[in-house]
Amino acid sequence: MISRKVAKRGFSLDYIMWLFMRLSALSLYALGLTGLTAALIMGARTQTDLNTLIRWTFFQNPSHVFSSDIINLDGFINPYWQIMEFTALFFGITHGINGLRSVVEDYMGSSWWRQVWRGFIFFLWLFISLVAVYVVLAS
Amino acid sequence: MALKRNVSFFTGLKYKGGGPMWAWILHRTSGLTMVLFVGLHISAGFLTQQFGSDVGIWINTIYENWIFQLALFFLVIFHAINGLRITILDLVPALLEYQREAIWLEWLVFIPIYGLVLFVVLKSTLGA
Repeated sequence: MISRKVAKRGFSLDYIMWLFMRLSALSLYALGLTGLTAALIMGARTQTDLNTLIRWTFFQNPSHVFSSDIINLDGFINPYWQIMEFTALFFGITHGINGLRSVVEDYMGSSWWRQVWRGFIFFLWLFISLVAVYVVLAS
Repeated sequence: MALKRNVSFFTGLKYKGGGPMWAWILHRTSGLTMVLFVGLHISAGFLTQQFGSDVGIWINTIYENWIFQLALFFLVIFHAINGLRITILDLVPALLEYQREAIWLEWLVFIPIYGLVLFVVLKSTLGA
């Protein structure tokens, strides 16, 4: 039985991802709070229900507010929110997929299975990201 | 090969890690479930948007179910607050001395927020 090799101290994938997990979590907090505040300023307080507001908070996609009573959607549909969406998607998906990677690798040694799983998880990340970008650009 | 631990599953269950252990387990499971939910939600959005697919609508209907929403909010809010605790303790290692108290503080923050979720979701469910 060979236990998993621990990466050297310093600049390694594990260090970068450790830092990324913290920073992306804080960014997701910031993105959510920005979306929530902006929605309230743009009239969500009186023209929509809580469900729509929370959907908007998590992900600023126009399809999340279409069904509400907001008549003027100009503030909700523009490139600014698309950039916010791409940022949220990048941080969210990468955070989640890296979490999956670290859970899986906790149960892997240094065998070739680890590389297989890394490859599979990378393609999963790529696939979900591309589908999500497509949904944002098409909505 | 995974690490060899001569500990059976049932012996593992008897391990008294307390608050931090449960926070660790919940953080992992909630994270994995959220990867599944978000992945399915993105796929459902894609299928509905591009093909008007029934599968996409079916998945999103499950997401609107109140029991599902209560479970999802539990996982999301717990994961968010626990992640914040981990980040703060990592940034200020001196606080690690109080890591057990940090767990209690975390639940103290969690309970009122989740109580609000319970109130809103149950009110709209029972009211309808």
